[in-house]
Amino acid sequence: MAVDRLGVVLAAMTSVDGDAPTVVDRLCVAAVALLSLSGAGISLMAEGQLQGSAGVSEPGIAAVQELQLELGEGPGVDAWTSDAPVLEPDLAQGGTIRWPTFAGAAQEAGVRAVFAFPLQVGSIRIGVLMLYRNHSGPLGSEELALGLVLADVATQVVLAVQAGAPADIVHDLLAGEPAHWAEVHQATGMVSVQLGVPMDEAFVRLRAHAFGDGRSLRVVAREVVSRRLTLEAG
Amino acid sequence: MTREQRIVETFVELADTMVDDFDVIEFLHRLAERCVELLDCTEAGLLLADAAGMLRVMASSSERSDALDLLQTQNDEGPCFECFHRGGPVYSANLLEELGRWPTFAPAAVERGFCSVQALPMRVRGTTVGALNLFRSEPGAMWDRDLPVAQGMADIAAVALLQERSVRESRGVVSQLQGALSSRVVIEQAKGVLAERASISLDGAFARLRGYARSNNRRLSDVAGELIDGRLEPAALADPVGSDR
Repeated sequence: MAVDRLGVVLAAMTSVDGDAPTVVDRLCVAAVALLSLSGAGISLMAEGQLQGSAGVSEPGIAAVQELQLELGEGPGVDAWTSDAPVLEPDLAQGGTIRWPTFAGAAQEAGVRAVFAFPLQVGSIRIGVLMLYRNHSGPLGSEELALGLVLADVATQVVLAVQAGAPADIVHDLLAGEPAHWAEVHQATGMVSVQLGVPMDEAFVRLRAHAFGDGRSLRVVAREVVSRRLTLEAG
Repeated sequence: MTREQRIVETFVELADTMVDDFDVIEFLHRLAERCVELLDCTEAGLLLADAAGMLRVMASSSERSDALDLLQTQNDEGPCFECFHRGGPVYSANLLEELGRWPTFAPAAVERGFCSVQALPMRVRGTTVGALNLFRSEPGAMWDRDLPVAQGMADIAAVALLQERSVRESRGVVSQLQGALSSRVVIEQAKGVLAERASISLDGAFARLRGYARSNNRRLSDVAGELIDGRLEPAALADPVGSDR
């Protein structure tokens, strides 16, 4: 029987103590607990540039998150560019060659291993999930799978927050309906044309419409796909 | 041509397609079409599990929206769900008797004219990563002689998923499969864009995307991505059959 990794991630988010300021921060804290990390952060990207941090596991990790923003290099930048996870189990080894400045500065801040996962849904790309460890060593295959699920949940959380869903219901929203139905992706494409907006904004508008109507994302997507619903600009 | 010759020819054709930089989505689509030609079935589909363990549609012999719909009802029930979680083949010789076992899947399959169904595991290094789903319009079990061929097709699909160049470069089976899943999402998004821009159906949009990719020898997911980011104009994707509206 396969592991229900989405259930594992959502349960970890629920059991985070109340001091994480936002739902994005809470996800980062859950990541730390699940993968024995020293810290985790979510950086948002736009047009190939790091835009800043959307969430951190604890305030101390913010400085490390800022490093790639300042330096313009690092595993997060590479994960974004290559559209795939970038795994650096030992910054003192391979990391020094790949990102000389970043590797040095991150090690000074106590980071030894870094794992970066792009936040994306098909052509929607919004940022990177950064996982930090203060000891070297690779992620195991189960840890890697959990990292991918964490990145998927992080993507959905950030988009749901952008769609105006209150923090306390984002968790239930994700537990209640996986966002990977074909009609949701098809409807996103249609809405992007209807509103003349990029794909990420189209998804946010679709999510906001569903949330505003108190209906599921999939039901609203079905209406768009069957051309019973057209979203209007404004 | 004898049946054996056709089987050999299909396996050789599929192996030949797995060259450098091949298009995994187009490959799986073709494999599903060949299943219908070779095996005692009327429709075939391929489902792949994502990192969270959810089954997602990768390809279907018909690619019609109702076919994709039926495949994706199997997230918590159905032959592929059971096949994936058990790691072995699952079948039903009469779907009308499975309404209690598969309350969502069975009626939906019957409504589409299917009477029996077979699911075979797609395995990679001992791990089940997805399932090949075969639908028949007749009741009864699939012929014994078809089963090893069907399992062979499922095995080839699994190998193909790990051979694609873009996935070979990253690490871990689950993260390798994620790339293929992402390509499929881009195609669904592009279907929506094209359907809306050209005022055609989603099925018509898929036919145009595929027709353009084939005649220009391009990867379907690359064509889909270029349509989304505006590098490719909808007008460039000519109507391949003339009846897709």
